[in-house]
Amino acid sequence: MTTNTPTQDLVGRAARDGGTLFRQWFERLSGAPERGEQSAYVFVMGSMAEILRVFDLHTVFPEINSLQTAVRRVAHEYLNVAEDYGYSPDICGYVKADVGMQLRDGHHPMGRVPKPNLAVLTNACNTYIKWSEIWERFYHIPVFTLDVPGSRSAADQTKPGDADFERDRRYVEYQIGELIALCEQVSGKRFDIDRLREVLGYTNLMSRAWRKVFEFNKHRPAPFNAITEGTIYLGVANALRGTPEGARYFEELVEEMAYKTANHIGTLHDEKYRLIFVGVPCYPIFRRFYELFAEWGGNFVNSSYLWFAAGGMDLGFEYDLTRPIESLAEGVLVSVRHAMDSMMFQHQALIDLIDPFHVDGIVYHPIKSCRTVSTGLADNRRAVMAARDVACLYIESDMMDKRVVSEAQMKNRIDAFFEGLATRKLHSA
Amino acid sequence: MKVLDNWRDLSLDELFVWCRELVEDPNYPTVKKWRAAGGKVLGHFQVYFPEEIAFAAGLLPVKVRGAPVEARRGDSHFGSYLCSIMRSSLELALTHKLDLDMFITHPICDAARNLAGVWGRNFAYPAQILYLPQNANSAYAAQYLRGEYERLKREIEKIAGRLVSDSDLREAIGVFNENRRLLREVYAIKRETPWLLAVDEAYVLVALGGFIPRDEHNELLKAVIPQIRDRGARRRDKVRIVFEGGFCEQPPLDMLRVIGQSCYVVDDDLLIGLRWILDDVPADGDLLMNLAAAYLEHSSYSPVQHDLRKPKEKMLLQRIQQAHAEAAIITAAKMCEPGLDEQVAYSKALDEAAIPYFISEFEERMTSFDHLEVQLETFVENLLFE
Repeated sequence: MTTNTPTQDLVGRAARDGGTLFRQWFERLSGAPERGEQSAYVFVMGSMAEILRVFDLHTVFPEINSLQTAVRRVAHEYLNVAEDYGYSPDICGYVKADVGMQLRDGHHPMGRVPKPNLAVLTNACNTYIKWSEIWERFYHIPVFTLDVPGSRSAADQTKPGDADFERDRRYVEYQIGELIALCEQVSGKRFDIDRLREVLGYTNLMSRAWRKVFEFNKHRPAPFNAITEGTIYLGVANALRGTPEGARYFEELVEEMAYKTANHIGTLHDEKYRLIFVGVPCYPIFRRFYELFAEWGGNFVNSSYLWFAAGGMDLGFEYDLTRPIESLAEGVLVSVRHAMDSMMFQHQALIDLIDPFHVDGIVYHPIKSCRTVSTGLADNRRAVMAARDVACLYIESDMMDKRVVSEAQMKNRIDAFFEGLATRKLHSA
Repeated sequence: MKVLDNWRDLSLDELFVWCRELVEDPNYPTVKKWRAAGGKVLGHFQVYFPEEIAFAAGLLPVKVRGAPVEARRGDSHFGSYLCSIMRSSLELALTHKLDLDMFITHPICDAARNLAGVWGRNFAYPAQILYLPQNANSAYAAQYLRGEYERLKREIEKIAGRLVSDSDLREAIGVFNENRRLLREVYAIKRETPWLLAVDEAYVLVALGGFIPRDEHNELLKAVIPQIRDRGARRRDKVRIVFEGGFCEQPPLDMLRVIGQSCYVVDDDLLIGLRWILDDVPADGDLLMNLAAAYLEHSSYSPVQHDLRKPKEKMLLQRIQQAHAEAAIITAAKMCEPGLDEQVAYSKALDEAAIPYFISEFEERMTSFDHLEVQLETFVENLLFE
């Protein structure tokens, strides 16, 4: 069905509004200390924003701060500061950019990042844990590790009601209680369960919409690119999780996607190849990386990045507001576990996308900085190629460190990949 | 069954050579012998694993700790930016040097937790993650871990083809308690009379326990420890140091030997998982809960466990103080994120405490140590003549 909304306003609205919302959010963070407001450092996989918002704690995402330095091409300045301090070139670039920024008193190209009053992390990435230990040493703040047991293997998936699932859920629920007590202590405010219900309700709207957004990209041509536009949506999903602005944004995003698919408006003018991206984007040459594919008519119709970097929100889990804490525990367990699966046990999920998303190829982008995402990718690729006759490209670089990003070499590999895809299409025609 | 032959007739020096050959043999002859006799093998990746549960089920728990081998097949399953132990451990399995019936990894680091996925795609036997609690400070952590051990026991019972009774588990805890006591004795010798036991000798004695039945390891240690104490070695003018950085990927034995030439390594974190639990685990009451509580409450430290009660740099200073060490060697395996991260915290704390330290990186396949030797000698000379 074609809507009557004027095209000019609707097409590209989410990208424009996302940028605006994101800048406004960062400005609010920058001004928080002057207003006497507190901040919690959190991570994209299990931010616990729902709890923190109840206590009016700002959520600061060091991963997002770090990637912004790379997108704005100043990451090397921060990495150098951290390496001069003693950190190895071989550790996570996000961590080092953050250390560099902390040592520069929070100065960031988008503003000033406030110091933390509290840090909350999950075990979705082990580096989160090591990273938080740095803040512990720098600032002597309380650090809370919410331990979320992940899938024990690809084959062992438990679900609500299973004894093993319920055992894990009780552990998460107990820890949420401990986190609430800590937040009360840090903020000096009492926990308000009705406020939690309200926040959970906004997250529900966002999750419901986020799930729908993926579905739209099954359409040919796909209405959005999972790397470029997807990353903007992702930024809003994390920064404004559990807020009315976030919920409205995602509902409008669904509206835009519905319009584009109804009118066959693709993100590329001439979409020739439909690709899945696996890994973390190449932020030091973010736009150019996209162009290397788009110039061939290659569009990323899905990406594991949009699964794990939104903390598993793509599952569309909706909290039961009649039993908020219990349901939050279940949601955190299901979603964070899904985020972890998306990095470690994702080969079958990728195979399952090939037909519904009409996928021509899969691009694996392992990076030096992140072993969580990258360690299993070469083996994953072998398994996917053994299961399906699908073209796969494996290119290594980094998400932060331009010293290990070789654009010329990357272009050669990508060009060869598309030449192979063209030959495949020719043979199958 | 026994997997070791004819070691009782060996002199102490011969026994160390024999141990070294076994520890360095990537073909794991003792494990092959166990399997040839119909035994099942559970391979557990570094760092800590509750081996008592596997032992109680009649399985041989084997510590998967990599090997100094060229990972020709293993390399094709991984990218570039990865520590060596991941590749070499997979290589051992892919080339059937180390055949298993079950593989367990842990969320010790971002790379290791991926191994369950990699293993699961390449082998027919079960490959799982054991989720040791990463919020050691939660009041619920021990109860959660008890449940996780119960789940693990069920999985192991499927491999063993039989149930594990309380009596089996009690006996296993007894064997491992004795093993821990004996290993503590080994470390006491290193600490009190380090001239009697070089770091590489102690290492092979301890490492042997990672791939033979632990009761057999106990027999060997009980026979060897008195011989070490009776050794006629003389005290020499060497620096007492603590070695840190051997919790996961293992430094080559020759690297330890080089260190031992100029230093007495009076304490270390080599294979810390085998010595993780510091006291006897009670062998009565709820045995799985006892194991869980021991993991959390009566345990050592390492860069891969976050516990607010155990800041790593403070624990290192304590280790140095308790061992009466004068200095520290702070190493990390190449590309080991937890180790490299911790080097910074360690060095800052040591600077503050004015304790000299030597920083280095290693890889299990290193073969040249000339440079290290010269650097270390310079470091030691500076200390001795300061």
